[in-house]
Amino acid sequence: MREKILKAIEKNSRIDLKELAIMLGEDEIKVVNEIAAMEAEGIICGYHTLIDWDKTDIEKVSALIEVRVTPQRGQGFDSIAERIYKYPEVNSVYLISGGYDLLVSLEGKTLKEVSKFVSDKLSTLDTVLSTATHFILKKYKDHGSILDKKIVDERLKMTP
Amino acid sequence: MRNPLSDKIVEIKPSGIRKFFDIVSEMKDAISLGVGEPDFDTPWHIRDEGIYSLEKGKTFYTSNAGLKELRQEICNYYYRKQGVSYNPITETLVTVGGSEGIDMCLRSMLNPGEEVIIPTPCYVSYEPCTVMAGGVPVILPLKNENQFRLTAEELESAITDKTKILILAFPNNPTGAIMDKEDLEAIAEVIIKHDIFVLSDEIYSELTYSEKPHVSICSLPGMRERTIVINGFSKAYAMTGWRLGYALGPAEIIKQMTKLHQFAIMCAPTTSQYAAVEAIKNGDEDVAEMREAYNQRRRYLMHEFEEMGLPCFEPFGAFYVFPCIKEFGMTSEEFALKFLEDEKVAVVPGTAFGDCGEGFLRISYAYSIDDLKVAIGRLKNFVEKLREAK
Repeated sequence: MREKILKAIEKNSRIDLKELAIMLGEDEIKVVNEIAAMEAEGIICGYHTLIDWDKTDIEKVSALIEVRVTPQRGQGFDSIAERIYKYPEVNSVYLISGGYDLLVSLEGKTLKEVSKFVSDKLSTLDTVLSTATHFILKKYKDHGSILDKKIVDERLKMTP
Repeated sequence: MRNPLSDKIVEIKPSGIRKFFDIVSEMKDAISLGVGEPDFDTPWHIRDEGIYSLEKGKTFYTSNAGLKELRQEICNYYYRKQGVSYNPITETLVTVGGSEGIDMCLRSMLNPGEEVIIPTPCYVSYEPCTVMAGGVPVILPLKNENQFRLTAEELESAITDKTKILILAFPNNPTGAIMDKEDLEAIAEVIIKHDIFVLSDEIYSELTYSEKPHVSICSLPGMRERTIVINGFSKAYAMTGWRLGYALGPAEIIKQMTKLHQFAIMCAPTTSQYAAVEAIKNGDEDVAEMREAYNQRRRYLMHEFEEMGLPCFEPFGAFYVFPCIKEFGMTSEEFALKFLEDEKVAVVPGTAFGDCGEGFLRISYAYSIDDLKVAIGRLKNFVEKLREAK
């Protein structure tokens, strides 16, 4: 049941739980309890909203930054990752296999603000060896959703 | 000028769905629950294979019976699902949708005057195809109280010494009914006793929602040699527009079907065949995902019908529900028309699938849950108004 609940709320966290229970053929109370349990266990970490900021008049710039670091004895990458993710402008931090170590995504109001963060805060950390900043020019698909999708039902209206 | 037309063809009634289609097409703002095809797009990796085959210039005919690789995969699939092995060379034919398979099968098997038992309500093409093949359709109405399954007694009652073929279409369009293994065993006995054949249209076989997956009658003892399985890619992989189906059956029948198929259309579309190889090899997960989505909508609809007190047996297959509207004292067509006029929602009257569909509606759940919610809200409204008026 957990997988089915997660799949459903991953797509739509605002789904009515009574309705979800009907659709899964489960008892509503069971579904509610299961979700509460998964929240307590940290499986469900939050309920976010997917926003296409480009469609608003609010200016936002996002960037992906490749960071190469020196892992620290006894702590590996964890403590440096923690230093980075504590900055509120940082959206996500992943440890990555391949040519660099951490992939940091961040959001700022302007290009300048993001650049400033990288040059002032990120690059100056002792363990950071180098950074490469990639500004995002356009988001096509995010969290499994196509942002500009127009849904038109082109099927014939009635078929046998 | 002399009559340019064939009397036989002219006499065939147009599909009952046609009339509604014309009305609905005129109404721009109508929501439809009348569609008999998946709302999903063909999964991307399958479309991608089709595109790739075009890029590689695979634009030639395939052999009449279809790409060998595809036929092999079809046989693997039936072995995997039903434990029945078919020979990809002599017992497999790739067709232009399941529909062509039905036509080819009936034309290859029927002599003038031989009877075909057609349990109804059912898909619209069996009866005209039987007539065009020179056979005589014997309509066998199924019952709501049996959940629209075919029973051995019903079958027995329809058999005469002219009976040649039984058409078995489960999971069923329009009722959503399925036949379990036990149900099939009961009728298989009658089929073998009377030495008749079965055209088993299993186009919805991947879309079942009970504990056990679909059982094909070809997997029962003594049935493989008297069954022609018709299946395809349309419903399972959301590939309706690719027009690709197949037939599996005894070599002597497939041989004649292949001959006819060769003269009628050469071969199924090549691009579609390449895409289908990918679908049948690597499409299980997509099917599972779509099946789950359909099942969730099905449960939602059943719950809503219960809430509004609209009787509907629980269907465990395809993507249709078949609620009963007899309490309103209207024919299916009257109900559907008024519903369309008043609430702008199109459903298909049960009678489009045979006279015994009178008093029922076919509602398709090949729609997003949000669309369904709007439509069902209107149905609720409509039903309440009708009840108040009484």
